[in-house]
Amino acid sequence: MKRIYLDNAATTPVKPEVFEAMKPYFSRDFGNASSIHSDGQQARATVEQARHEIVEVLNCKDSEVVFTSGGSESDNLAIRGIVESAVGTRRLALGGWQKNPQTADQLPHVITSAFEHHAVLKTVQMLEKSGEIKATYVKPDKEGLIAAEDVKAAIRENTVLVSIMYVNNEIGTIQSIREIGKMLEKLNSARSEASTGRRIYFHCDAIQAAEYLNLDTKYLHVDLMTLSAHKIFGPKGIGLLFMKSGVKITPQITGGEQEWRLRSGTENVAGIVGFAKAMEIIQNAKCKIRNYNSKTEKLRDKLIDGILDRIPKSRLNGSRERRSPANVNVSFFGAEGESILINLDLAGISASSGSACTSGALEPSHVLEAIGVKPEWSHGSVRFSLSPETKEKEIDYLLEELPKIIEKLRKMSPIK
Amino acid sequence: MKNLYSEEIMDHFRNPRNMGVINDADAEATIGNPHCGDVMKMYIKVAKRPLSQKLKVKSKKLDKQTENEEYIKDIKFQTLGCGAAIASSSIATELVKGKSLTEALKLTSDEIARRMGKLPPVKYHCSILAEEGIKKVIENYENRRDKNQ
Repeated sequence: MKRIYLDNAATTPVKPEVFEAMKPYFSRDFGNASSIHSDGQQARATVEQARHEIVEVLNCKDSEVVFTSGGSESDNLAIRGIVESAVGTRRLALGGWQKNPQTADQLPHVITSAFEHHAVLKTVQMLEKSGEIKATYVKPDKEGLIAAEDVKAAIRENTVLVSIMYVNNEIGTIQSIREIGKMLEKLNSARSEASTGRRIYFHCDAIQAAEYLNLDTKYLHVDLMTLSAHKIFGPKGIGLLFMKSGVKITPQITGGEQEWRLRSGTENVAGIVGFAKAMEIIQNAKCKIRNYNSKTEKLRDKLIDGILDRIPKSRLNGSRERRSPANVNVSFFGAEGESILINLDLAGISASSGSACTSGALEPSHVLEAIGVKPEWSHGSVRFSLSPETKEKEIDYLLEELPKIIEKLRKMSPIK
Repeated sequence: MKNLYSEEIMDHFRNPRNMGVINDADAEATIGNPHCGDVMKMYIKVAKRPLSQKLKVKSKKLDKQTENEEYIKDIKFQTLGCGAAIASSSIATELVKGKSLTEALKLTSDEIARRMGKLPPVKYHCSILAEEGIKKVIENYENRRDKNQ
């Protein structure tokens, strides 16, 4: 039997149509988009055409999209770029560049959530540790949801950035991005009228949302937004950061001043083309199929119900209602995540786990910890991430195999 | 999985040796805790055998005072943990089964790790846990024995 891939939140295969679209841009149309000659001009036109297709989905201007090497770089650019820019502004206001001109309460303040992707979380923690910022980590509730009022309560006079993810990568919970965005917008206009406090920017890591949810940046009221191609059947090594006009950001990669001077480096033409093609495929499908998500949602629900029905001492992690169509995150008491994954792999099924043993870090998932899952449960967690390509017979096969695996491991366990 | 774990580990993971419970065990020991992710439980059955039998081959230093030595007649384990934790338990029990208690206490985590083939560094603690499990169950046995004497 063919292998069953249920780790689409980790990465997806490049769709044949995407690969086809990319092919000309390796050997035939290889030009550097910054070159003046025809080869270069053609590359420039290709990049701009692709950018234009993407901005239609994001409902923004061409100049508001910056291509990067992927999600992690986009998140880093957003956070470090905003913080550095805020520090620079502050230093100028204080009369030039000085050493340590800021006391602790003058430091820029960043708000994020306790269960962000590590590309955001570790970046904020690092800036905090090196004394460049103050940070607040807003806790999600037991369902894995961040309350807009909790974000609001964390705001200080020096808050410069709020970064909240759209869909949690481990437990698939959907955050109220629009609500938080509107709240911040209101607050910003009040601040500007009263000339108090700083402009608070709102960044959203939307990587896990791209396949299923609304990416209209005006609807969401975001200032910055991260996307990545390889989670939506595009190639690895290409991502983007949406930055609303007027957002003051300091580039993190300097050099040839590509991408509106915000991200230097020769454009990854094939990657950009593949990214645009992957986005276009989703948009076309959404036009054709009235409810694009419903097929995946049905299979997700079948899997959740099947597991909870067939396997005693199992639980779903994260809200059932406000959940990505693709995410099933379950815990099994008395079975360890890595052992489950190896057994699944031997049965031909690819999945992932928030168990400590799989990360190499020996710490159980910070996401499950943040939503209050006890370690004896989080060690036995498994994430199945579906895609619109997932077939019902694959879910049926998984539902046949998984109870046997859990039973086998529980027999081996001293804790029942 | 070939790149994650050696063939030896995968073999013990798929077909663990000595897995299970000894209902009338002479001693048990549980180490690790569910909080950390790995829990091992060891059960042993100890018996006596004439000392000379084994030492004939091994050593000339025959201790006339003790005619019998205690050895691990049977050993079983239960483990909640990752692939390496399960394989470590299986290998450790295999290494000490049939050995005298004195010999079994000499088992080191290095020896367990060596038998596992290529053990990722992040998993060394699994072999340490298995060594501790063997030591603890023997210690529990000896404490119980000494108390009853």
